[in-house]
Amino acid sequence: MKIMNLVGAINDALDIKLNEDKNVIVFGQDVGVEGGVFRVTENLQKKYGKERVFDSPLAESGIVGTAIGMSVAGLRPVVEMQFSGFVYPAMNQIISHASRMRNRSRGKLETPMVIRMPYGGGINALEHHSESMEALFGHIPGLKVIAPSTPHDAKGMLISAIESNDTILYMEPKRIYRAIKQEVKEGKYTIELGKANVVSPGKDITVVTFGAMVREVQKAMVMAKELGISVELIDLRSIYPIDRETIRNSIKKTGRILTVTEGPKSFGLGAEISQIAIEEAFLYLEAPPARVSGYDIIVPLPKGEHHYMQDAYKILYEIERNVKY
Amino acid sequence: MFNEYNPINKIMFQVIDNQGKVIDSKLMPNISDERALKAYKDMLFARTADLQIVNYQRQGRIYTYPPNYGQEAISGATATIIEEKDWLVPAFREMGAMLAKGVSLKELFLLFMGYEEGNAFKNANKVLPISVPIASQLLHATGIGYEIKYNKKNELVYAFVGDGGTSEGDFHEAVNFAGVWKVPVIFIIQNNQYGISTPTRIQTASESLAIKAIAYGVKGIQVDGNDYFAMLRALEEAKKVCERGEGPILIEAVTYRKGAHTTSDDPTKYRTKEEEEAWDKKDPLRRLSQYLKDKDLWSDDQEEKIVEQYKKEVDRQFIEAENFPEYKPEDIFKYMYAEMPQELKDQEHSLMEFYRWKNEKVSQTSKK
Repeated sequence: MKIMNLVGAINDALDIKLNEDKNVIVFGQDVGVEGGVFRVTENLQKKYGKERVFDSPLAESGIVGTAIGMSVAGLRPVVEMQFSGFVYPAMNQIISHASRMRNRSRGKLETPMVIRMPYGGGINALEHHSESMEALFGHIPGLKVIAPSTPHDAKGMLISAIESNDTILYMEPKRIYRAIKQEVKEGKYTIELGKANVVSPGKDITVVTFGAMVREVQKAMVMAKELGISVELIDLRSIYPIDRETIRNSIKKTGRILTVTEGPKSFGLGAEISQIAIEEAFLYLEAPPARVSGYDIIVPLPKGEHHYMQDAYKILYEIERNVKY
Repeated sequence: MFNEYNPINKIMFQVIDNQGKVIDSKLMPNISDERALKAYKDMLFARTADLQIVNYQRQGRIYTYPPNYGQEAISGATATIIEEKDWLVPAFREMGAMLAKGVSLKELFLLFMGYEEGNAFKNANKVLPISVPIASQLLHATGIGYEIKYNKKNELVYAFVGDGGTSEGDFHEAVNFAGVWKVPVIFIIQNNQYGISTPTRIQTASESLAIKAIAYGVKGIQVDGNDYFAMLRALEEAKKVCERGEGPILIEAVTYRKGAHTTSDDPTKYRTKEEEEAWDKKDPLRRLSQYLKDKDLWSDDQEEKIVEQYKKEVDRQFIEAENFPEYKPEDIFKYMYAEMPQELKDQEHSLMEFYRWKNEKVSQTSKK
């Protein structure tokens, strides 16, 4: 065991896969010499050389598009979008090719690649550095979308993602990159993709979330406990596919569900999960499925961001309302 | 000029050397001593402000900031030539040009303090907001150029991008469209040698960035971007070409980012002290001040005094920005649509309801 934060755990996963599989290639803007703007790829170029870990020209579409070519030819690229807010030039490659190649070629070609990107708000950043657009990506057929919330998960999920034969969008909660430290197993281990994690069991209400919001929900749970409310916290880990079974079973136990997401409200992940609750656990529901989300607006610049963000109080507010319903 | 300095000839256009001496007087732009002095003072003001902002950031009074340090002559020359009627399409390292268009320093402070009002430019027209997604703004410049041509206006667009931005598809599309449409846009690449940590040689295998113009059928030129007079002369000539309806023009301004990419960046990770020192010898302000001193138009004494004044002015505007009114919750909703949809009104209402509940909750807890 070794104490690690998320940055260290992701770095460790990359290190393990680079060491084990010569087809693994890591590239993107500033990931080589500098080791990434968040230092996630630090020292990897030194260790594995410039042919395997390198800086690319500044072009998101170019990065993803060339990674698709590498992957159909047999490599396993792990590319970085510097911030998820800059992924949009690459959307054409993601939607038009990465997510379609297998189906288009009736299984002959595949694109085993990982697109890593830091996402989410709460870091007092410039415009385009705070978005959480998981719903946009979850809506792309053929793409898998995952997001860890702890160093342990970050490492195991990334190793699984690199070993997967699908294209995986790996969303990194940058707000907690260095905020959470825990003991992480040394060496290789994997975490099955598509499985949610029941972080803590409870009986009054199910709260489903992922990434940086897990920690916010945990803060709200402390306050809820004082009010005598017991929360079952589910960390999705995988946004697509969603682990419907874990959600369904939890609702059957608690009778209530609240989703907590950072993205805009309309057409968001919360709506999708609520529909799962209605379709699969309707008779168990004691209150309408509720959601804490962003609003249908641009994430405000730092001085206004707190109005947008989903903090422990906003979560507690909805928990209370739902339990009292 | 654009024939002689065709990028294929691999010559960089220069007017003064590193000591501020005029290399060939025929190359000098059309500028009076007074105007040159004013340009220098404006560049000095920009540099003073820039260095102050980095200090404010270190004090935690402002968020991430991308310094202009070392690149002032490019904006400085643009400031001299740009007119009220012209458009400015910035990237994010064009302080001097923005101030010349009437953007206030206070507004720039507001932006980097985290208020959208910093992009509202109350007293400046025809300036697009700072564009964070690299190179995306250049297509807008081409579109504005189309409007100018369509309405037969006598206006120009000055559009900026960095060396890293030339790798983006949008850069190619913007220059290509502009070439096809023959619109009056001057594209200025601030080649400051680095896109964050990535040196220009990793961005392109081209001999220069200016040479890319040739493939689009556009006139291009590589200019010493640390040479104020060279930049101004190149812009003057570019303006004439555009006014004849023979634009666009692509200018590669060769410069050096003396500071960090942003205040979050640490350049010691990717470049050497020797390199920084070599570029320091080409510092744009020192070269212009030496030129002015040689003509007895400027002295160290004057500089010292005026920098003190500038620091006070920068502080004054900074404190004004710090006293900007508190960010109201309704302001996150109200600029989204021409008319706010009911959905958003309802969301705003739910935020207000939450705040009422929270205030009660917090006051109850504090009573306990």
